[in-house]
Order: sequence, then structure tokens, then C-alpha cells
Amino acid sequence: MDLTLTPELAAFRDEVRAFLDAHKAEHEGGAPKDPKAWQRLLIDHGYAARTIPREYGGFGAQPDILKSRIIAEEFIAANAPRGMSGQGISMLVPTLLEVGSEEQKTRWIPPTLSGEIIWCQGYSEPGAGSDLANLQTKAVEDGDDFLISGSKIWTSTAAQAQMMFCLVRTEPQKPKHEGISYILFPMDTPGIEVRPLKTMTGQAEFNEVFFTDVRVPQANVVGGRGRGWQVANTTLKHERGMLGDPNATEARLKALIELMKSETVDGQRIIDNPIFRDRLMQLQARVLSMKFNGLRTLTDDTAGLARLVVKLQGCELNHQLAALAIDALGELGILYHDGPHLRAKGRWQWNYMFDLGLIIGGGTAQIQKNIIAERGLGMPREPKTVEA
Amino acid sequence: MRFALSEDQVMLQDSLNRTLADVVPLDRVRKFADGGEAAAPDVWAQLAELGLPGLMIPEDRGGLGLGMLEAALAAEALGKAVAPTPFLGSSVLAPLALKLAGTDEQRARWLPKLAAGATTAGVAISEPIAGARDDAGVTAKDGRLSGKALFALDAAGADVLIVADRTGRLHLALMAEAAEPMSGIDATRRLTELTFKDTPAEPLASNQALDRLRDAAWIVLAADTLGAAQAMLDKAVAYAKERKQFGRTIGSFQAVKHLCAEMSAELEPARALVWYAAYAFDHAPDEAPLMAAHAKAHTSEIGRFIARTATEVHGGIGMTDLLGLHYWFKRIGQNRQLLGGPERVREIAARMQGLAA
Repeated sequence: MDLTLTPELAAFRDEVRAFLDAHKAEHEGGAPKDPKAWQRLLIDHGYAARTIPREYGGFGAQPDILKSRIIAEEFIAANAPRGMSGQGISMLVPTLLEVGSEEQKTRWIPPTLSGEIIWCQGYSEPGAGSDLANLQTKAVEDGDDFLISGSKIWTSTAAQAQMMFCLVRTEPQKPKHEGISYILFPMDTPGIEVRPLKTMTGQAEFNEVFFTDVRVPQANVVGGRGRGWQVANTTLKHERGMLGDPNATEARLKALIELMKSETVDGQRIIDNPIFRDRLMQLQARVLSMKFNGLRTLTDDTAGLARLVVKLQGCELNHQLAALAIDALGELGILYHDGPHLRAKGRWQWNYMFDLGLIIGGGTAQIQKNIIAERGLGMPREPKTVEA
Repeated sequence: MRFALSEDQVMLQDSLNRTLADVVPLDRVRKFADGGEAAAPDVWAQLAELGLPGLMIPEDRGGLGLGMLEAALAAEALGKAVAPTPFLGSSVLAPLALKLAGTDEQRARWLPKLAAGATTAGVAISEPIAGARDDAGVTAKDGRLSGKALFALDAAGADVLIVADRTGRLHLALMAEAAEPMSGIDATRRLTELTFKDTPAEPLASNQALDRLRDAAWIVLAADTLGAAQAMLDKAVAYAKERKQFGRTIGSFQAVKHLCAEMSAELEPARALVWYAAYAFDHAPDEAPLMAAHAKAHTSEIGRFIARTATEVHGGIGMTDLLGLHYWFKRIGQNRQLLGGPERVREIAARMQGLAA
């Protein structure tokens, strides 16, 4: 255990701070004045697309988790907007780098990093959620093309996206894991219909996408025909890493403490109520545990289990923080829409609802428990029932 | 920056785990727990060969000169083995009290003997930390102590006592007027009620030492619970892989395997918290009190969950004396209440941050 920064890392931290300070005018208020220019600036300095090779439009640095961590911490501390994220940058790009052809990498990675192309992910289907390999959207050969028919659900940003990376069944006669291909196509291809999917938050964070004979060149398959399941698992690995950011959780705890110090009931501050205070302290211990657990996963080779529990515990903890904020607000916690008594623009209420979706999405809590038990603890799998 | 154990630390823990498996098998634990021995000097003597008694005592006083993280790792191994040892009082708290508040003469007199393991120390600090019950509390006047100290740690058979009076000031006494065992649920460690009646004692110098003793004790108890909980989880997983019902190993049922996953998901992040609290004790003293408090309170909560859940995974056999799982269950239960249950400790944690009056 040595939690001090080496001189190199300390200098790097100073460098990030100096950058954020020098460019304050471009990011003040937490949002960039010009998102694409900001993205360009961040890539040029290595604060976005840091480890993506230069020939694909990235910064080209060696992976260094500690430097990435420092960047994340300093951007949060300065309330500065991070580089663009989204499923194209966080999931498609790493996948292309691992299994894409040279032509696919050169064509798709640079405009994705610069923000010109927004992607959406076509994985889940009405009949294929946790059992993703059961997906039925079919791609039938037609000359050099496929004709794609079927539907996807839980597709965020489908309405804004220019492109989709999608899982389709190309070999229906093969066992379910072996008949899937990972394919890319433009969202304005004829035969695609996007319908917003309104959730309990009142907003449409997701969409349904319907395909009728959507013509896509076979050359758009990534990683080889019938290899889509392996390719998708490369991508899911990146998503699971993304869903439990301890820095964001710490920021939420800080906001919760401020809320409990400033809100009063009958003139008494919420923080002065011992029951609420005790609940806050319980959650603080959990936030600290996840913070140090996160540090450990970065630098400890023996942290296999510690890594496997991050998604399950991190999502649950975020949800509990929002739940305590709503309880602390009491009757004010009911309010959600604009009005004189609304707090934090309804953010806590939105988080409380939306975070339940994060507990379910990206591998449900129950799937996470299977993974922890089977991969982490070596427990036996459920015996297979006869395939339907 | 590296949040991981060093090679030396891993070796220390491995060799302790191995030795403890030999020296304190379940039969030895059972004999101690059921036999009413005041202490298990045979166990302590064999651990002394690894230097455990002097783990934190400076090398020039005959110890290993290691820090709080090593002490936490040792405590984790001891909790895993439900070992009956005076580690907390004799190897952590008494040496720390002497380091912080003792005179050079007191250190020279006691530290080499404690490091050798043949001499042990008891520590009575419950009242100023966990609160006074049944009118207990010690007052000091003119080098003499009077009153009662409950839940004294490792005082049975001890050669020297560190005692906190009602104001939190520490004293060194050679013996008490009376020492009565306090028979608790956890028979793997002895607790003692000490009575003083104008008993001679030397005051230790500093007034600040008790807070550091409290933090150290919280970290060691947290680590002990961590180890005991790990042992219970390991046993539950092993049992679930072996036991068959309905023609299947029960570990293949999600109802059972998810319980194991939940235990693991609670335990792993708590380990990082305990490590950090121990690291902070030596390297980030400003943060240490809060981290120690959270480590103590949080391991108490997840420890309780794991103790009952691991027992449940075992089914009926988990309840039996024969299996002996209850020794870990009870150790976790005792650690939870010792020197403040989680509610009290969390209130102190809130106060440390200015969130409570």
C-alpha cells in the first residue's frame, strides 16, 4: 500500500489542473461552449481518447489507469465537462480496435471520436434480455447484402444516432451462440423505424427500433460472420466497467450531505435528526468502501472478486443515495415538476427512478450474482433445461 | 500509487494462516471455549515464533516494528481461525499506549517482555469509549485507582494492565483488586470485570492517547470480523458445492448461490475499507479516526449479514455445536458490540465531521 503519487503522477496532476484553469472560459458552468471544439482540444491534450492510436484520431498514449483516474478526478473537481462519451466511443471504438478490420477502424473510429457520428447499440430484444443470445432479429443473405428484419428495444440515443452497431442472427440453423453476427449500418437506411420508449421518469431515455428488410452490405460485419457473440462480449466487458463510477458516487454523497445540512423541517435541520444522520453514515461507509475497492481494482492483481462486485454494488448504492435524499426531503420529495418548492430540479427523483433501470440494465443484479458466484466463487452453473 | 499488499505483507498473512491452521484447529478452539481456560499460552507461544506478540513493538525493544496494516492483516488471520489470543490488548493496544504516553523507563521495562510473548497485557478502556454501564467507571487519585472496569480485553492472566479512567486518562497497574470473568457469547476470547480499590497505578503521560487506542482497537476488531466473515463465507461456499438435494449440488440453485454472491459482494469492498483505515492510521492520521469508525461500524453490519447467511446456507447442520460454525458467528457478534456498537460508532463518526453536536 502506497497511496502517495510518484513525482511523475504529481506533475501530471498539476498539468491537468493548469489545463483546466487555462481553458476555463471554454467550459465554465459544466458544459462546453462548443462541444466539438472542446472534444478536439481534449483529444489534442490527451484528456479524451487518450489511449486510442493517433492514426485513428486518438492521442496515442500508453494505457495508464492512474493517469486516467487523475484526469477523472480533476475534471470532477473543476466541474469541467469530460470528453464525449456515448456508446460509440465507450463501446464500439474499443471493440473495433480489438476485432475490427483495418478498413473499419480507419473509416469509423476518427469520426466517432470527433463527435461527427453518434452511435446506438442494437442488442436487447423483447424476447432477448438477460438471455441475449436468444435474439431473433434475422439477417438473410441477398447477393452481397443482408436483409435485416426484426426489432430491438432499450436502444438509447437511437433517435439522435447516425449509425447502429447491431447483433443479428445470420445462421438460424446453428446453436444460438454461434449464429450471431455483429454488424454496422446507418440509421437512415430504408426500413428502419424508431419509436421513443417513455419510461417511469416521464422521459424517453430509450427507444424501440423496428427493421423491415433493411439492406446492409455483408462487408459491414465486424469480427467475422457467426462470431458476433464473442464480439459482443468484448463490448459488454467495456460497458460493465462503465456502470460503476465511484467518483460520481462520491459527488452524489457530497450533494446529499449538503442537502441534509440545508433542508429544515419545523426549523430543524434534517442532519440534526439522528435517524437520518445514521442512515447517512451507513451510506457514507458504503461510498468509502466502493471508493477504496475501486482503487484496489486498478492496482491489485488479486482483486478479481473486488472487480466482479462493482456493477452490482455501485448501482445499488447510487439508488440508495437517491432514496435517502427523497426521504430527507419528506413531502417535498414527492415534487417532480417545475414549481416553487421543487428541489434540485427534480434530479433526486429522476435518479431514484432511472437508477433502478441501471440496476436492471447492462446485466441485471441477478445476472451479476450469477457471475460473482460462478466466476468469482467457482459455484456450479444451473443445469441446462432442454432448449426450447 | 498502489492499493495492494506488498509481497512481505502477503507472506506475513500466508505464514500466519498456515501456522494458525496447525496450532489452532477447531478442536483446540473447542477445548479453550468449553474448558474455561483463562488463556491459551501454548497458542501464544507458537505464534511468538513468528514474532506476532511484538508485531508493532519497535525492533530495538525486541519486536518486528511493523505498522497498523500488518496488525490488521494479523487480526484478519486470527479472526479467520477464531484463535484465542491476547493480540488486541497485548500486541496492539498496550504497546501503543506505552509508545504514545509511556515514559522511557516504562517502555524499557514492558515492551521487550510483551514482544517475547511470555508476558501479556490487559486493557480496560470500555467505559470512556462504549459508555458506562451498571455504574462502572474508574477514578484516579494520587496514584491510586478505584471503581470497576467492565469488558476488559485480554486481562485474564495478564501481567500488567492498561486502564482508562472516567476522564479517558490512561494508567498502568500491575494488578486489580479483583478480576472476574465476564462470560459472553463468544468463548474464544475472554472478557473480564476488573475491580480497583485504592489500587496503586502509574499514570501515563498523554491525554490524547485514548483516541488513538480507540481507533486502533476499532481497526483490529473490524479486521477480526473481516477474517471471521471470510471464513464463514468460504465454509458456506464449500458446503454448497458439496451438499446434494433434489439430485443437485445446492450451490447450483440460484436461491443458494445468490446468497453466496451477496455475501461476497458485501465482504470484498469492506476489505478495501479496512485496509485503508489501517493504512491511514500510520500514513494519513487526519483521516484515520473517521476511517476507523466506518470500518468498525460497517464490518459489524456486513459481518452480521454474513454470519446469519452463511449459517443459513448450511441448513440445519449450521446450527449444530458439532460443526462449530457458531464459534465464528459468535465472534462476529461479540466484535460488533465491543467498544461501541455500530449505531454509537456512527454517531461518533458524524460528530468527527461536524455533522452532529
